[in-house]
Amino acid sequence: MSTQVPESVEEESATETASAGKQKRDAKKRERAERVQEQREAEAAEKARSADDTFHLKVFRYDPEVPEKQEPRFDDFHVPYKQGMTVLDALMWARDHYDSSLTFRHSCRQAICGSDALFVNGSQRLGCKTQLSDLSEPIRVEPLPHADVVKDLVVDMEHFYDQMESVEPYFQTNSLPDDELDEQRQTRENREKVKMSTRCIWCSACMSSCNIAAGDNEYLGPAAINKAYRFAMDEREGEDMKQRRLEILEQEHGVWRCQTQFSCTEVCPKDIPLTEHIQELKREAIKNNLKFW
Amino acid sequence: MYEHDVIVVGAGGAGLRAAIAAHEEGADVAIVSKLHPVRSHTGAAEGGINAALREGDSWEDHAYDTMKGSDYLADAPAAETLCKDSPKETIKLEHWGMAFSRDDDGRVSQRPFGGLSFPRTTYAGAETGHQLLHTMYEQLVKRGIKVYDEWHVTRLAVSDEEKPEDRNCHGIVAYDVQTGQVEGFRARNGVILATGGLGQVYDHTTNAVANTGDGVAMAYRAGAPMEDMEFIQFHPTTLPSTGVLITEGVRGEGGILYNENGERFMFEYGYANNLGELASRDVVSRAELTEVNEGRGIEDEYVHLDMRHLGEERIIDRLENIVHLSEDFEGVNPLDAPMPVKPGQHYAMGGIETDENGETCISGLYAAGECACASVHGGNRLGGNALPELIVFGKRAGHHAAGKDMEEARITTGKVGDYELGEVESPVELGEAGIGEDAVADGGTAADAGASVSGADLVQRAVEDERETIDTLLEREDGIQQAEIRERVQKSMTRNVNVFREESALKDALRDIREARELYQDVFVADKSRTFNTDLLQTLETRNILDIAEAITLGALARNEFRGAHWRKEYQERRDEEWLKHTMLSWNDGRPELWYKPVILEGEDKTYEPKVRSY
Repeated sequence: MSTQVPESVEEESATETASAGKQKRDAKKRERAERVQEQREAEAAEKARSADDTFHLKVFRYDPEVPEKQEPRFDDFHVPYKQGMTVLDALMWARDHYDSSLTFRHSCRQAICGSDALFVNGSQRLGCKTQLSDLSEPIRVEPLPHADVVKDLVVDMEHFYDQMESVEPYFQTNSLPDDELDEQRQTRENREKVKMSTRCIWCSACMSSCNIAAGDNEYLGPAAINKAYRFAMDEREGEDMKQRRLEILEQEHGVWRCQTQFSCTEVCPKDIPLTEHIQELKREAIKNNLKFW
Repeated sequence: MYEHDVIVVGAGGAGLRAAIAAHEEGADVAIVSKLHPVRSHTGAAEGGINAALREGDSWEDHAYDTMKGSDYLADAPAAETLCKDSPKETIKLEHWGMAFSRDDDGRVSQRPFGGLSFPRTTYAGAETGHQLLHTMYEQLVKRGIKVYDEWHVTRLAVSDEEKPEDRNCHGIVAYDVQTGQVEGFRARNGVILATGGLGQVYDHTTNAVANTGDGVAMAYRAGAPMEDMEFIQFHPTTLPSTGVLITEGVRGEGGILYNENGERFMFEYGYANNLGELASRDVVSRAELTEVNEGRGIEDEYVHLDMRHLGEERIIDRLENIVHLSEDFEGVNPLDAPMPVKPGQHYAMGGIETDENGETCISGLYAAGECACASVHGGNRLGGNALPELIVFGKRAGHHAAGKDMEEARITTGKVGDYELGEVESPVELGEAGIGEDAVADGGTAADAGASVSGADLVQRAVEDERETIDTLLEREDGIQQAEIRERVQKSMTRNVNVFREESALKDALRDIREARELYQDVFVADKSRTFNTDLLQTLETRNILDIAEAITLGALARNEFRGAHWRKEYQERRDEEWLKHTMLSWNDGRPELWYKPVILEGEDKTYEPKVRSY
């Protein structure tokens, strides 16, 4: 532990009234709390000053409720560097030592919860998976483009969720075994075929990077199409269901909107070949002689 | 005020399964969760789901392994329920489309895991939790079940009869992170807590930042006892710099542990002469730290986990995710070099006391998953037994809360029958600091409410109490911030209440926690905004961390023996004559009360006689 706090051991004098004693104790405790807080802030400043290496971050700030943050601005943070430090680590350090109002989503720290997709030095990345040492300074950290900013780095995800949920994103089959202990068989090859598509963590980096999605709010977007691909290509669902899924996808704001710019594929933190999946669905739609608009 | 039949708190595996089950029974069910469901930490589970599916295996063998793994502190009715229900529930996931790994014949794949007598760990690569979580969320979407996401539940609305066993839970209070409003949720039938882990009590953990033990702490403060909190699992293979988990599946597939001298220490130093790397997790974690403590660790900190000999093809087929994790979070490509690993906090065996139907001693209050303690895992959880726990007990709690007829539970909850009071010598005062002095110190139970007060009124009062607490936190202009308090507790817990425990260190931890509790009385939130105020959210969580840390340490100090994951320097043996009992902690108006209840070793057809546990 870095801070030393003297023990407060003073006993309450018997002659003092209870409430006066309590007030005194409260005041003492309060003083101690404030002292600890001041010490922490001083240590953080000292650490940043004396560190061999610090990283300079410029972080987007906005809060509709706070007068000085209503006009978006960039704040500078100088964070002491430790080997292996990620953009998320740096944001957490800045929040915990400089400004506790710095706001961003994060949870697992290991690229599986999909909470911390950010716009870092001009591209969509997961904060937890991006090493500071791979970036040039100052590092610009912004909320995902093409989404409404709620506060600082937090964006409104509702539209993304709506698109994900619009493609009947759940398994549908008519050929389940009768016995509740019998599994439905699936070939290793078929499982391999859908494997990459099942890795999506709903971070919405792809949607944010997509020019088409930016211009057409109704476009399903790469993540939702990939979700549909995951089921359309699963042999356990059967041919009828596949037809139905292709009908959903070949709608006006479906697969045909994609202009194969590969921006989604480039930013996907799980390396899902999104553009390829979309192209494959286009081919399937044609093969099945579906009418498209 | 919102109103539903059943309210589920938390949206990981247990919460989603509970909601689906309640919906199956026709209940109007809603989930309230501080994270969107797909962000839940179930998604980080890697290894798999234990289920006796195959010829040559049986639920009885699975139950035997589980009881042995628990070091005879699991309750047999709970362990047997898990093992009996798991095959059906695992196949249910398959029927919902979950992308399990497959054998050549198209059936789901299984692999060996630590402490198992049969390779029964059903898996989807090294990303089983991710596949499970998303499959279950798909089913939620299909059913149109309402989710209030990014709502942080802060307290339960429970009536205030003197004995917790007489109380009723009528709902919850939650804080809408996006807007800052505090609202009540009335639950006509029941509240199911499924809030997951508590790893943030430590500073080296595989758990997510969100795993702050909220459900356990709020149930405790409402009167439901905490059970066996001292039993914390330290996973033997976590990456040293971040705590990121490397699945036991690596060892299941044949990965080998080496010390600095290149010795395969699990065998060469006799830690587990039969199973070696596949001994249960507590055994392997102690072995690794013993190697480090005796000077055979690498950089005095970790050991090596090598899987290169498995070959790239097999690794990519079954463990691909591990290659990415090791590269991204430790900078080591495990196809070229062994991975550095060390033990890290991973799982809480203890939690909210429930029976095998998920019900607590408070009527209408349920718990399932990691936050609950039925107890399935006793002193040590076997790898691959957490995911089946989510689906088996999530479902049972959901059914029960929705009013389905269930077989009567054999496990009792609350202070009934054969319990005894305990004592433990603490160097400092325990429990809430400054009881009754201000709103922040509020114990969390509802205000004085006679039996005549309606459920809705109780919820409303709890809402008003919470609004006062939050207003107080936001109004204060100075004091101390939560980050400092949290960091102190985490560091002290990692230093003092880790794999190896001794009395003086445990007492140091209690002193540190006491000091942190006092500091918390002057905590303030610098961010005054009502919009997405994570400063406030973390400040509320830190209070839960304080209660949980104290409970873990207190249990560890009380239990004068070595059982499962709980090792004590002064007591190097399992002491069955005295300790075949659960450590229980009740919140008595802000003061922890210690008591014990006997473990149930009698199963359906046999008794699990405690044996020497060797692997």
